[in-house]
Amino acid sequence: MIEVENLEVRFGGVTPIDGMTVTFPGGTCGLIGPNGAGKTTFFNVLSGFVKPAAGSVRAYGEDLLAMADFRRARWGLRRTFQTEQAIEELSVYDNVAMVHEHSGLSRASRREDVLGALEFVGLKMNPGTRTGTLGARDRRLIEVARAVVGQPRLVLLDEPAAGLPDEETVQLGEVIKRIPDHMGGLVVLVDHDMSLVSACCQTTAVLDFGKLIADGPTEEVLREEQVMRAYLGTENGA
Amino acid sequence: MAAGTATATGLRAPVPISGLRDISILRVAVITALLLLVLFGLPILNSNFWIQVNTQVAVYAITALGLGLLMGRVGLVSLGQIAVLALGAWVGARLLFATGVPFAVVLVMTGLITMVLGTLIGLPALRLSGLYLALVTLMLAGAIAVVLASTDFPNGGSGFLGHQEGGTEATSGAGTAETIRRPTIAESSDSYFRYTVIATALMFLLVLAHVRSKPGRAWAAIRQSEPAALAAGVNVTLYKLWAFALAAFITGIAGGLLAGENGVLFNYQFPTEDSIILLAVVLMGGIYSIWGAIIAGAFMRLLPELLNNWGLPADLLIILFGVGILQVLLTAPAGLIDQVPKDLRRLGRFLKRQVRGSPGQSADAAESG
Repeated sequence: MIEVENLEVRFGGVTPIDGMTVTFPGGTCGLIGPNGAGKTTFFNVLSGFVKPAAGSVRAYGEDLLAMADFRRARWGLRRTFQTEQAIEELSVYDNVAMVHEHSGLSRASRREDVLGALEFVGLKMNPGTRTGTLGARDRRLIEVARAVVGQPRLVLLDEPAAGLPDEETVQLGEVIKRIPDHMGGLVVLVDHDMSLVSACCQTTAVLDFGKLIADGPTEEVLREEQVMRAYLGTENGA
Repeated sequence: MAAGTATATGLRAPVPISGLRDISILRVAVITALLLLVLFGLPILNSNFWIQVNTQVAVYAITALGLGLLMGRVGLVSLGQIAVLALGAWVGARLLFATGVPFAVVLVMTGLITMVLGTLIGLPALRLSGLYLALVTLMLAGAIAVVLASTDFPNGGSGFLGHQEGGTEATSGAGTAETIRRPTIAESSDSYFRYTVIATALMFLLVLAHVRSKPGRAWAAIRQSEPAALAAGVNVTLYKLWAFALAAFITGIAGGLLAGENGVLFNYQFPTEDSIILLAVVLMGGIYSIWGAIIAGAFMRLLPELLNNWGLPADLLIILFGVGILQVLLTAPAGLIDQVPKDLRRLGRFLKRQVRGSPGQSADAAESG
């Protein structure tokens, strides 16, 4: 369970996150909102790249913000990026193995865990293949494998399907749906594409201008009028 | 599906774990053969002068390896590496004058002391990158050069800043100065050359071992994206400093070897602009393969001597390097170490096509050959 309270981030005069309070109960949680709503900034706070001006984040009872950024992977925090960041120079195996070895996990289980993660996301090529030679879908899957290797506690997926055709997005959704059962942790999925969120997430929170405007079971949230308004805009203005 | 079963068995088959991936028996054999050729062939083929030039090539190959490691692996541009080499040479010379411990031990001590100093030069890299880091390291190199010049590069005699007037027989004919000692097993030019080549090979192995293991994977992540590296649990600060420390360690050893090679050190042997030339030759050699450093070393020290030998001014190299850099940046970003084998293969295919295209000619060629 992740509890976010009164989180505030300021960049000069801009306040991308403005008093956000939300709880992610477990399973796969969606976080949606129009462009510039503060979704990626929120992930950057959790990753430690951005220091919030105020507020707290407690993950499984621990103060996440007090941890050094690189130690959060050791704690069990993983993430993917909007622009995919599979390391081109390394092989598929090494891409996943390096997350494993820098997360302080046992060397003895590395091979098994890495191959397990590759199998979980459905990557069937030779693990020795150089990542730079692969296409967009495979690289996205490598990133997901990096995010799930070695029993993480919290997985942040930032628009994991960006740039993928619909058919591959559906396949990726199938993988994402299985993550909580596979590793027992919590997944937060950021997207502004509703189809992936409604396919994967039991609960969804909606951000707009850095504020939480809706929260609850995905079906209901997506039907709420203010959510529609935030996305489509109305003559009243949002 | 046939492909499916093949990959399924592929998963169970031993995975080529990094580090062992490229090391085939053939590869090791070729490298060993080349090393033996260099160790025993070159001293026979070359005069004393050219062997000394080749010793310098080895020293600068190590220095280039250090810069290639920083740039090609971690993505950090340092224009202070010649200053680090000067520090290494200075530390080595002082230790060799001041102590009686074996040369190899002095080399390791030199490497370790230079590692500490060189890591300090790398400290700005924790906050800066790209052009700004290049500028700051260049300034630091300039500062070191100023200190070395104003203290007249302590080269011998007693004390921390020992200095002796006059050159040696080799440098000025005066023969008053005491030369920096060499290892007892490698007093002559030929044997010192072999000693240097073996030390160089060890430095390459040291870097290779790093690149192929945990630090190498961390560096690859940092070079691609620091946020992604952090998210993967890489302590970016530690691994950046580690890269600077490793580069400084091997460059320090190169400096110690250079001290033994030169016998006497002068500050004009380490001009600040050499750091920029080093960057140029490292780029031309190729920064993504550690072997590019050997080409870089040859460009840095062998080419000027060859030009001198042919009666051409060595300054011509600055123009040639400029053209070379342009060519590399535009057509061969991975440098000559990558481009030459590719071009040779292309030439091979072209020749094969020619031969196949006109069988009569090839028969002629075979007869005449």
